[in-house]
Amino acid sequence: MDRPLRLITASPVDRLAMTLEALLVVASQPLSAEDLAVAADDDVERVETALRLVADRFAEGRSGIVLEHVAGGWAFRASREAAEACGRLFERPIERGLSAPALETLAIVAYLGPVSRPEIARIRGVAADSVVSGLLERGLIAEAGREDGAGGAIRYRTTPLFERVFGLESLSQLPRLDDLGESTDEIRTRLETVAERRPA
Amino acid sequence: MIVRELELDLDAFEGPFDLLLTLVLKEELDLAEVDVAGIVVAFVERLAERGELDLEACGEFLVLVAALLELKARGLFPDEEAELADLEPEEAAEELARRLAEYRRAKEAAAWLAERLEGEGNRFFRLGPAPLAPKVERRLADQEPESLAVALRLLAAEPPSVSLAHLELRFPPVSQFLERFRALLSRRRVFDLDAEVEGMSRIEQAVAFLALLELRRSDEVALEQGAPFAPIRVSRAEAVDERRDEWIARSA
Repeated sequence: MDRPLRLITASPVDRLAMTLEALLVVASQPLSAEDLAVAADDDVERVETALRLVADRFAEGRSGIVLEHVAGGWAFRASREAAEACGRLFERPIERGLSAPALETLAIVAYLGPVSRPEIARIRGVAADSVVSGLLERGLIAEAGREDGAGGAIRYRTTPLFERVFGLESLSQLPRLDDLGESTDEIRTRLETVAERRPA
Repeated sequence: MIVRELELDLDAFEGPFDLLLTLVLKEELDLAEVDVAGIVVAFVERLAERGELDLEACGEFLVLVAALLELKARGLFPDEEAELADLEPEEAAEELARRLAEYRRAKEAAAWLAERLEGEGNRFFRLGPAPLAPKVERRLADQEPESLAVALRLLAAEPPSVSLAHLELRFPPVSQFLERFRALLSRRRVFDLDAEVEGMSRIEQAVAFLALLELRRSDEVALEQGAPFAPIRVSRAEAVDERRDEWIARSA
């Protein structure tokens, strides 16, 4: 059922929803239901109910502002319909010009993180230094401790900003690695075929 | 076709192949940054342009690129060199296949991300620094301004002057010795420095020596010393001149 947008509300959940809207419009990062509950001085369960109300009001096709569940929290964004207009006025510096090596590195960090530069270099077969620096600068990855042992290499993980840019609720939304690419057996068979073709 | 002169245009390097090799061997260019496949593509393109198979050039190129690849591999996996060598051929193939599969999966994951980015390209949202944390009010105990003044007054007091007495050295003026030596030389043509300064302090002896150098510089005296640490003989400069005159007269 379509809930009409009422300007004057009496219901406590409606009032809570208004508070949440206010908090979300001020925020520049996704806010978790827990954060919102603390700020609104209410309990998490009621906040989640109110969030559903807000999400209903601010949905694609109904509003230029859309509430989305992203990077482990809730955030307002522009509706997809308004993307063209937004694109004329606003830059997207974080994802603009991400190179193929950068995406490869990002994928490795997202799946295997926390992971160090030497590990990334081992998988990709080329040094990862400049690519990692670039991703750090964009804020898509961040340092996450060091490898064990004295002088261990710094490890990296993806940031909530990565999840937000890629529209992921969390890293668990990434497709399973097993579903991607050939299996070891297939590659092995392929190698053996090439080896057999080589004259002895 | 000369392999050395193969022109390359890579991300990490632009120029002839032999310069690349030189830079790599001098370790001025990190081989890890060099796209070896790019070199191979450049060579194959040049080969295709010529339309004939230059076996000599191909052989040379293969040797050079194989060496480059080996260097690069050793550079990238310094610790695993031995580990892989220890493996049986079967196991090595298995390990290689495992690594290829790992890289293939990373590439597939990257492709998935690129696709995702394409699909999410129409999502605009606000970005900014982390919201301000609530301000913590700092509670200080009640303070008496007078106590601050007292503390400052202690600091403002002039410190006692430090005695420099122990640093003092008495340097007699050089001029004192200048006069003394000049007077001496007006009476005697030659004197012995060591005999003159005997019984004086080290400082006085040093100043006397300085005075002597001063006299020598203005050509008032001539100095002679038979051997290192031997007594220094000081004579009136005219005396030397006279002697030289005599010598010139004699030789003439």
